[in-house]
Amino acid sequence: MLGRTASDLFWLSRYVERAESMARLIEVGYRIALRPREGDGHHEEWRSTLTAAGCESGYSQKHASLEARHVVNYMLFEPDNPSSVCSCLARARQNARAQRTAMTAEMWQSLNQMWIDFKDVRPEVGEGNELPELLGWVKQRSALFRGTLLNTILRNDTFYFNQLGTFTERAENTARILNVKYYVLLPQNEIVGGGTDNHQWSAILRSVSAHRSYRWVYKESYRPARIAEYLILNRQMPRSLMSCYDEITSALDDLGRLYGNSAHCHALAEDTRSCLASGQIGPIFQCGLHEFLLDFIRRNHALSDAISRDYHFFE
Amino acid sequence: MAWVFDEMTGSGDVVRPPYREVQAWLAAHQPAGLRQKSGEAEALFRRAGITFAVYGEEGSDERLIPFDIVPRVLSAGEWRRLAAGIEQRVRALNAFMFDIYHRQEILRAGRVPEDLIVHNSAFLPEMLGADPPRGVYSHVIGVDIVRTGESEFYVLEDNTRTPSGVSYMIENRETMMHMFPELFARVRVAPVDSYPDSLLETLESVAPPGLQRDPVIVLLTPGQFNSAYFEHSFLADEMGIELVEGQDLVVEDGALYMKTTRGLEQVDVVYRRIDDEFLDPLVFRPDSALGVAGLFDVYRAGRVAIVNAPGAGIADDKAIYSYIPEIIEFYTGRPPILRNVPTYNCRRPDHLQYVLEHLAELVVKEVHGSGGYGMLIGPAASRGELDAFRAKLTARPHNYIAQPTLALSTCPTLVEGEIAPRHVDLRPFVLVGDRVRMTPGGLTRVALREGSLVVNSSQGGGTKDTWVMQD
Repeated sequence: MLGRTASDLFWLSRYVERAESMARLIEVGYRIALRPREGDGHHEEWRSTLTAAGCESGYSQKHASLEARHVVNYMLFEPDNPSSVCSCLARARQNARAQRTAMTAEMWQSLNQMWIDFKDVRPEVGEGNELPELLGWVKQRSALFRGTLLNTILRNDTFYFNQLGTFTERAENTARILNVKYYVLLPQNEIVGGGTDNHQWSAILRSVSAHRSYRWVYKESYRPARIAEYLILNRQMPRSLMSCYDEITSALDDLGRLYGNSAHCHALAEDTRSCLASGQIGPIFQCGLHEFLLDFIRRNHALSDAISRDYHFFE
Repeated sequence: MAWVFDEMTGSGDVVRPPYREVQAWLAAHQPAGLRQKSGEAEALFRRAGITFAVYGEEGSDERLIPFDIVPRVLSAGEWRRLAAGIEQRVRALNAFMFDIYHRQEILRAGRVPEDLIVHNSAFLPEMLGADPPRGVYSHVIGVDIVRTGESEFYVLEDNTRTPSGVSYMIENRETMMHMFPELFARVRVAPVDSYPDSLLETLESVAPPGLQRDPVIVLLTPGQFNSAYFEHSFLADEMGIELVEGQDLVVEDGALYMKTTRGLEQVDVVYRRIDDEFLDPLVFRPDSALGVAGLFDVYRAGRVAIVNAPGAGIADDKAIYSYIPEIIEFYTGRPPILRNVPTYNCRRPDHLQYVLEHLAELVVKEVHGSGGYGMLIGPAASRGELDAFRAKLTARPHNYIAQPTLALSTCPTLVEGEIAPRHVDLRPFVLVGDRVRMTPGGLTRVALREGSLVVNSSQGGGTKDTWVMQD
């Protein structure tokens, strides 16, 4: 496989995953904005949404004030925002078009149709009652693409590079969401226990579609340490850091077997995976949740770089 | 043009035998139903991304080539005659190129003027003495054929460089079979989906001799902003070969390699869809970022095959065109099976004189033009356009050829909800390697504007599925 192909597939899957994450983040902001106003609460919520999406500085260059419709528009449609749903889909589609030969016809068509349909969405949708429907549509279509990929793609390097893209991006998004909200998960906040906190916690879970599954797994009401454990260490949770690194190391192992080699990225991924596998939430809190998450994001970036180097993405 | 041959009804009202089923099918459908089907076809093409880019048009970076749902039909007998003529022609053209790049017997014999070759920008002196595997220069050829009567076929041009359109031949059939399965249950149409296999066999057959392994074959594209990118990705995918850009290739130690996730892998055959001048910045255009530095040296050393060979454009040069009947006789010893359109070479003073006097009846083309750009259709031109062209002809006569305006045949076509006759041509695709391979039919292009004779997709032409009936 060409190095350029591997790079395009890796990033294609990252972009589709990121488009979906953006839709989830907007959904959470939108739900919170529906609640009765509590001082500057809404503004803070949109600010942290932008931070979690990595869009805060870009947004403030475009808009002087935090307004729901501007934030939504910036995250959905802004062409100058490289992480907007529009930009993600445009780049995913461009990569897919460049790599038609590495994709099945079904994969290509599901992504191409998603792009064709999204281009027809009028930006006003971001302001009205159609917003939840549009966000649901983005999630559904990216799930359709992912499902088509899983059902049709050859289990060889084309699959593994897509997997690596999906799960490094997913791990990054989960870590970012936690990192933005880490303070509401700190133990001293547990005693506050008011309605707002409860709502914040459920927002974190909602953004990763986990507010119901949490109850099934833990059989108890939301508790910050449990939520952190769920999203960082729990293997059952498909967006947890642990789950993502299980998938990453599995894809790298398969790739190593196929190519008959093992590279720097294998060691990095295995190192992070074993940290998570043996990790416990108590010590993580003691050493600092924020520090833990920053370190994780750094490692995740380093892994992405190592994969590009080891598999000659740009040479 | 008083009289035009119609593919379905010939010169009268009687439906010609190959069209009987198509005529019955059209008669059984309401135009509204066909219009709806036509819209469905368009959605299918768009979802599949079967699009092309139009140069110099803003805001429409990807466009569909209009697809007409009324097929164009050839009988088995008609196709046999065309196929024999095409095979004769492509063999002669390859023999001509081998000769031109070696002993130049045809020039010595005085059958083709020498200055027409040596001063021709399509002639590559760098290719003199080079020996492509099996002596083949043009492996993939699209022969443009027009019809003016029951048995009158003319070759309009031979595209011997990097002809495109074959993906539409295949996708048009796919779309028709998907939308009108009941139609295909009633007729016996020769399939066209074997083309990618034939192309792969052809590419394998011209790999450098003596390889100890299966040849590694790639398709070299200028990238996804090229107008024919869909076709490049389609063919690479159908053949299961890598679709590479210049940046993916590198020359090291006298061999060509592609940059893979596992390091460098040697490449043996390049099916290139970029023009000669971009192939190798060290030999041709130094500013080319599309090609590979050093590729030409590797080619000359026989360590990689390039399909079509550099310099193959000399055979489809419009100034050479008028000599093709001579060329066919010279190398095959037989008269051409397919006719050429009578052609005036404006470089000849007597021809120029005639052209200037009869401009309103003629079609004038640039010698190196393609895609329907820069041509004049006399009968359709205004007085002002004629005067402007007369000035161009006088200033640079060697740049032009002229031909009589042919009454291209028409074929029933769905236009604005009605079935109406529109002019068509035919581009069969032929492959030359260890032997000549041909797919029955080809791409039918149709001029969608009433009375228009310009079928090029860059000028708003459409395409049709092309059927060759089986006996």
